[in-house]
Amino acid sequence: MTVTRGDFLDTLLGARPPTRDDAGWLSRLRAEALERANALSVPTTRDEEWRFTDLAPLTRLSFQPVRVAGTPDLARLRERFLPQAQMRLVFVDGVFAPGLSQLAAAAGACVSELGSALQGPRAAVLEAHLGRLAQFDANLFAGLNTAFLSYGAVIALDAGASLAEPVQILHVATRRDQPHAIYPRLLLAAGARSRCTVVEDFIGAEEAGYFSAPVTEIVLERDATVEHVRLQREAPGAFQLGTCAVSQAAGSHYHAVSVVLGARLSRLDWRVLHAGAGCQSVLDGLTLIDGRQLADTHSLVDHAHPHAHLRQQQKCVVSGAGHAVFNGKILVRQAAQRTDAAQSFRGLLLSARAQIDTKPQLEIFADDVKCAHGAAIGQLDPEQAFYLQSRGLTAPKALNLLTYGFAAEVIERIPVASLVRELECALVERTVESK
Amino acid sequence: MIRPNAAVLLEVRDLDAAIGGRAILKGVNLTVRAGEVHAIMGPNGSGKSTLVKILAGHPAYAASGGSVRYRGEDLLVMAPEARAQAGLFLGFQYPVEIPGVSNAQFLRLAFNSVRSARGEDELDPLEFDDLVREKLQVVAMDPSFLERNVNEGFSGGEKKRNEILQMALLEPIVALLDETDSGLDIDALRVVANGVNALSAPDKAIVLVTHYQRLLDYIVPDYVHVMEGGQIIKTGGRELALELEARGYDWVRVEYEHARAVA
Ligand SMILES: Nc1ncnc2c1ncn2[C@@H]1O[C@H](COP(=O)(O)OP(=O)(O)O)[C@@H](O)[C@H]1O
Ligand SMILES: [Mg+2]
Repeated sequence: MTVTRGDFLDTLLGARPPTRDDAGWLSRLRAEALERANALSVPTTRDEEWRFTDLAPLTRLSFQPVRVAGTPDLARLRERFLPQAQMRLVFVDGVFAPGLSQLAAAAGACVSELGSALQGPRAAVLEAHLGRLAQFDANLFAGLNTAFLSYGAVIALDAGASLAEPVQILHVATRRDQPHAIYPRLLLAAGARSRCTVVEDFIGAEEAGYFSAPVTEIVLERDATVEHVRLQREAPGAFQLGTCAVSQAAGSHYHAVSVVLGARLSRLDWRVLHAGAGCQSVLDGLTLIDGRQLADTHSLVDHAHPHAHLRQQQKCVVSGAGHAVFNGKILVRQAAQRTDAAQSFRGLLLSARAQIDTKPQLEIFADDVKCAHGAAIGQLDPEQAFYLQSRGLTAPKALNLLTYGFAAEVIERIPVASLVRELECALVERTVESK
Repeated sequence: MIRPNAAVLLEVRDLDAAIGGRAILKGVNLTVRAGEVHAIMGPNGSGKSTLVKILAGHPAYAASGGSVRYRGEDLLVMAPEARAQAGLFLGFQYPVEIPGVSNAQFLRLAFNSVRSARGEDELDPLEFDDLVREKLQVVAMDPSFLERNVNEGFSGGEKKRNEILQMALLEPIVALLDETDSGLDIDALRVVANGVNALSAPDKAIVLVTHYQRLLDYIVPDYVHVMEGGQIIKTGGRELALELEARGYDWVRVEYEHARAVA
C-alpha cells in the first residue's frame, strides 16, 4: 500500500543528501536518519504530544533545499553580534558563513564548524555524541535534520577547560524566491569540570518564508557547567520545529534560558537527562507572542539518579489571537531518591482571543523526593495597574509596563549582560512604547 | 499654615461610598486650602484609606454620593492618571511591588508622564539620573535602590521612603499620605518627615493619614480630624492629636453622639 505523505514531506525527503565527503560514521548516521524519517509521518493533533499544535499550516507548503546561501542584511545582522563574544559562528540559510564568523584559539577547546571539527583532534568526541542525544526514532524533525546534516556548530571542551566569554551561534534566514528548509545543528560537548556559555540565536529577514528544524545536543561530563541561552526570534512567517537534547553527568550544572518571540508556528522539544547523581538543572523559559502565532514548548527532565536538583520556570505572554502551549514533564525515576524539583508556570493572557494550554506532568516513582509545581494563568493585577496609574501612567502604558516586568523577570536570568539589555530594550519597544 | 483667603485645593462634600452593599463612607466633609497640613486620625477600619483611595481614583472604590472638587474641577470624573498629572499624589499605605521593573525605569516613566502632561519636556535617562540622585538625598536612600525592582523585597521602611521619593520627583500640589509613618523606626520617621516638610509650600497642601501622634512631632498639622465609622466626627488643631494620644478615641464618639442627640 502506498501512502501519500503530501508535498511537504516528499519535497523535504526528496532533497539530495549532502555530498560533502565526511567520515564513514557520519554518512551512516545520515542514512539511518533518512531511513527513519522516511518511515515517520508528520504528527497530527491526534498524537497526544501534539494535541494543541496543528501542523496543517506547515504541511500545506513545500520547502526547497538550500544549495547556496542568500545575502543577509549585513547591517541588521551585525546588530545581533554579541559585543563580548570572542567566538561567533554564523550560518546563513543553514550554510556556514566563515566571513561573518569569528573564531579564536582557546586553550583546551575547539569551537568550529562541523567540517573542520571532523578533521580536528577532537573528531572522536563528535563521533561519540553527534546524533546520540537527539534521538530520531520517533522525532521526525530531528530525523530530517540528521539526514540532511551538512553544516553545524561544534563546541568541544577538554576536561577542566573554560571559556570566559560566551560563544554565539547565530542563524539567519534570508528572503528567497521559494520557501526553503534549513537544518541548524549544534553539538556542545563539555568535558569534566569545564565551563562555558553558549548563545544560540535564530533570526530571519522580515519577509522570509522558511522551515527550520534545528537540533541542539549538549553533553555535560562530570561537574561541568553550561549556561545555555536559546533565542527564537525567527521571521514572522517562519516555522521552527526544534529539538534540544541535554545529557548531564554526575555533579554537572546546566542552566538554560529559552526565549521564544518569533515564527508563525514554533515548537521546542527540550529534553534534559540526568545521567549521574547530583545534577543541577535550571530551566527558564519565556514565550511572548501575539497576532496568530503559535508557540509550543515541550520539556522533559528525566531524573534517573539521586540528589538531583531542578528549578524550572516558564512564563507565557499571549496577546492577539496567539496560542501558547507548555507541557513540562518531570520524571523522577525510582533511583532518583532525594530529588528536589520545582516547576512554576505563569501565563498572562492579554486579549480575549489569546489562548494558553498548559499541562504539568509529574511522574514520580521515587518515595523520598521533594517535587513542587504551580501553574497560574491570569490577567494583570489591577492593584499594580492602579499604582502605576496613580503615578501618571496612562492605563495602556501601565498594562504594558506590567507586561514588560512579567517578561523581564525571565530575561534577567540570561547570564550575558549586553543581551539582557538588548532584549529588555526590544521588550520596551514591544510593550511599553507600543501604545 | 492657615490663611483664610488661600485657594481651596480640595473640597470633599458629603462623600458616600459603599463596598459590596456596605456603606464605608457616610458623608465625609473636608476642605483643604493651599499651604495647609491636615492630619486624619482614627481607629482601624474607620474609612481613612477608603477616602484617600477614592480621591486617587482606585477602580475598586467608587463614590455613591456627594462630590469632590480638586482646584475647582470635578475630581471624581477624572481618570487616576489624570489626577496624578494634575498634581494629586497618593502615598500608599501598602505600596505595591512591580516585579521585573526597575525602580529607575518606573520613576522615569512616572516623572515623564507627569511632565509631558504638563507640557514640559521629558528627561532622557542621563538627565533623569542626575535629578533622581539629588532627590534620593531628600529621603536618604542609597542609589542602589534605583537598580532594584519597584518595592520588591523592600522592607516596610524602604517602601515608605520610596513613596516619598516619588512624591519628591512628581512635586504634587496635594499629597495624600496614607500611614506613611507606620512601621518606621524613629530615624526613618525623621527622614520621611523631613522629606515631607521639604515639599510643603504655600501653594501646596498635605493630608496625612496617621495612627500616631508621633509623626505630628515632626510635621506640624494645621488641622487634626478624627474619622470614625466613615465620617469626620471632630476637627481641631494640633493639640487634638495630643489629646487623642492621651485619651483614645472613645470620648470623641461619645461627644459626637451626644451633640447629635441634642440637635
Ligand atoms: N476592598 C475592600 N473590600 C471590602 N471591604 C473593604 C475594602 N476596603 C476596605 N474595606 C472595609 O472598609 C472599612 C474601612 O477600611 P479602611 O478604609 O481601610 O480603613 P482605615 O484605613 O481607616 O483603617 C473596613 O471595614 C474595611 O474592612
Ligand atoms: Mg488604612
